[in-house]
Parts: sequence; structure tokens; C-alpha cells
Amino acid sequence: MTTSPPTHVRGYAPAPAGTHPNLDWPAYRSTELRAPKHRPILLPHRLTEVTGPLLTGPAGPADNDLTRQHAGEPQGQRIIVFGRVLDSDGRPVPDTLVEVWQANAAGRYAHQNDNWPAPLDPNFTGSGRVVTDSLGNYSFTTIKPGAYPWRNHHNAWRPAHIHFSLFGRAFTQRLVTQMYFPDDPLFPYDPIFNSVPDEAARKRMIATFDLDATKPEWALAYRFDIVLRGREQTPFEEPHA
Amino acid sequence: MPELTPSQTVGPYLALGLTWPDGHLVVPEDAPGAIVVHGVVTDGAGEPVPDAVVETWQADADGRFDHPEDPRGGSGFRGFGRCLTAPDGSWRVVSVKPGAIGDGQAPHIDVSVLARGLLDRVVTRIYFPDEQAANAADPLLATVPQERRSTLLAVPDGPGRFRFDIRLQGEGETVFLAV
Ligand SMILES: [Fe+3]
Repeated sequence: MTTSPPTHVRGYAPAPAGTHPNLDWPAYRSTELRAPKHRPILLPHRLTEVTGPLLTGPAGPADNDLTRQHAGEPQGQRIIVFGRVLDSDGRPVPDTLVEVWQANAAGRYAHQNDNWPAPLDPNFTGSGRVVTDSLGNYSFTTIKPGAYPWRNHHNAWRPAHIHFSLFGRAFTQRLVTQMYFPDDPLFPYDPIFNSVPDEAARKRMIATFDLDATKPEWALAYRFDIVLRGREQTPFEEPHA
Repeated sequence: MPELTPSQTVGPYLALGLTWPDGHLVVPEDAPGAIVVHGVVTDGAGEPVPDAVVETWQADADGRFDHPEDPRGGSGFRGFGRCLTAPDGSWRVVSVKPGAIGDGQAPHIDVSVLARGLLDRVVTRIYFPDEQAANAADPLLATVPQERRSTLLAVPDGPGRFRFDIRLQGEGETVFLAV
């Protein structure tokens, strides 16, 4: 083995203003005691930040079909959710783990803390994992989640959504987001969806219906492409010992 | 060029999607040189945060990453740890102490914290209390105001054990980093 670390690393480009929510967002009440008060200190990207876990496990064979994890079929509208994971330079992000979780068709999570009066589905857990292929493509089969109430404010309902977690190829690319469905009437009232300042960025969280990908007499299809950070144009000059 | 997908909170039910049985085991409990890094996540009222996940990323004991961007080649070391917080806000990762990368930085672990109520992850770093000379020369620590620097230092907690509490807000707020 050689022992000399790289003297320069090429960092990842910062997100344009308005792309990500501000942590302090009073309309979402849980931010009140959890958003840090101090401004974050800049961490110039070094080797730790441009590397990251290249995990393809622990995705198992049935993990990308959330309708086949139990003896019977879950209730609800069967859907295919698919897309590409890219970086903002347009390059695909291959071989990266995508984790998803969601409520059932009635809007209830198979989680002990979710006990609003909607039925649980014994045939639906609502968690899945899939690894992107060499071109950054992923696809999974599930059922369309329902909207659900929460106690953020009077008569608060979350628009239907699927939670997504992605690693990318570097620590800097880590992203957790939510995928929404087109034309949801709850969008104007949801402080989490609206925490993204830029309207165009907000709309990038909404999947598009894709008739071509729909399977006749089987499942509707929604496309959701996910874009992670791309590289800085010039390498960061690292002063080193 | 494609534009970035925004961040959203993991919400209250993150355990459904992010639980791995061996997530906290970067190395097995009985691996040679194994250390435990643990702590609690608390909010601005000092209350535990029971619906967070702490994720760690670090070099191996020789300061190398098992990743194509490390030209020295990998050792197969996973480098990644993940622990959801318990009802009392506690988390725990079993790993090895990272070696110095050799680029002037002190040994460190990069940390992401995601939680209900956090619309984006927050990032911090764990440094080690027994690396005083290296810490004194670390380029990032040098940019952190002296009075807050201790929030990035793990506390010795017995043989092979280090404590690192994460205070999201308020008194003793952890230094978070913009990546
Ligand atoms: Fe949710």
C-alpha cells in the first residue's frame, strides 16, 4: 500500500439558495426546539467529505416490491415508482442504496406511535430498499399511500408522500426527501412541503404520472428522478503539512 | 443540467425505513481495537430526542477510506455507522478509532443527524480527546470559536469508550458544519 493521501480534493458544489428548507421554520412546530440557533461553520471538503459509504446491502430480493412482503396482497392502488438518480452535473449515480418508507393506502404507518383511527393493513409494512443500476435507474412496486392527519395545527393533513433516503457516492451527497403525487389538494396547506422556499424546487419533489410505464391491468406508474449534488468546477486547494 | 432535489424531514416514523439490525456495528463488538462512541441527542429544552438517527462516516485505523477517491486503496472497511435514538435520546456506535488521514487533519468522524423536526440533516464532527497535538493543528478546529470547540471533542468514558452528546439547540449547542 502507498501511504500518501491526496493533496487536493475536488469538492461538491453548494445548493443554490432556496433549494433546501431553512431549519428554523415556525410553521412546522417541531422545528422550534430542534433547529440550531447558531449559524453552521463552513466545512471545506476534504477526503472525508468526498468519500462516503458505497452500500448496496442490505437490500434483499423482495425489498423493492412492497406488495409482496406478506402472505396476501395489500389493500389499495398498486403503483410502480421509478426514476433515475443523477447528480447536478447530469451524471448518473450508480449502485447506490435507496431506502423508502410510507403509510398504507388508508394513510396509516405500521409504526407503534401512529394510532389515528385508520385501519392497519396486515399485508403492508411500508418499507423498501432498492439499489440503482449502472445507469442510476431504480424502480419499486408499492401501493399509493393515503394522506394522514397530524397535530401540527388545527385540521392538519399531510399530502400523500413516500419518504426517500439516498447516500449517493459521497458524504456530501446524502439526501433524505419526500416524493409527492401530482395535483394533491393538500399542497397549499402543508408546512413541510412549503418549507422549500423556491417554488420550482418544491415542484421537483412531485412525481409525474407516466402512462408509458404503466402496466396494463396491473399498476399505474409514477416517475421520480432525484438529483444529488455535483462537483465543484475547480479543485479545492488544500493547504497541508 | 438537472437541478437539485430538496431535502425534507425524516418525519416521526423514520424507524420504518432506516432501521438496520447491524447499523451501529461498523465493526463487530469483539473486533480487535473496537471502540464505543455513544451519547444522547437533546433539544433546546434539554429534552431527549427519541426520533433521530445518528450516522457516522470515518477512515479506518490507518486513515484510509474504502472508496475510489482514496488513491491508497481500501481495506474493505465499511466506515459507516447508523443508530436510531432510543426513547431516552441515546445512541451508540461500535467502530475503531480512525487513523490520521495524513493531510494535516486530526483523526475525526463525520456525523449526520436527521430527525423529526429537522427539515435537513445537520452535520458535525467528532474529534478525540487523546489527540491534543493533532487537534491543535487541525484546520477545521482552528476556525471554530475557542469557547465552542469542546462541543466537537468526545469525552473519555472508560477504556475504549468515548461519549459524544449532541445538543441541537440552546446551552452548549453542538457546533454544526455547513457541507
Ligand atoms: Fe410521512
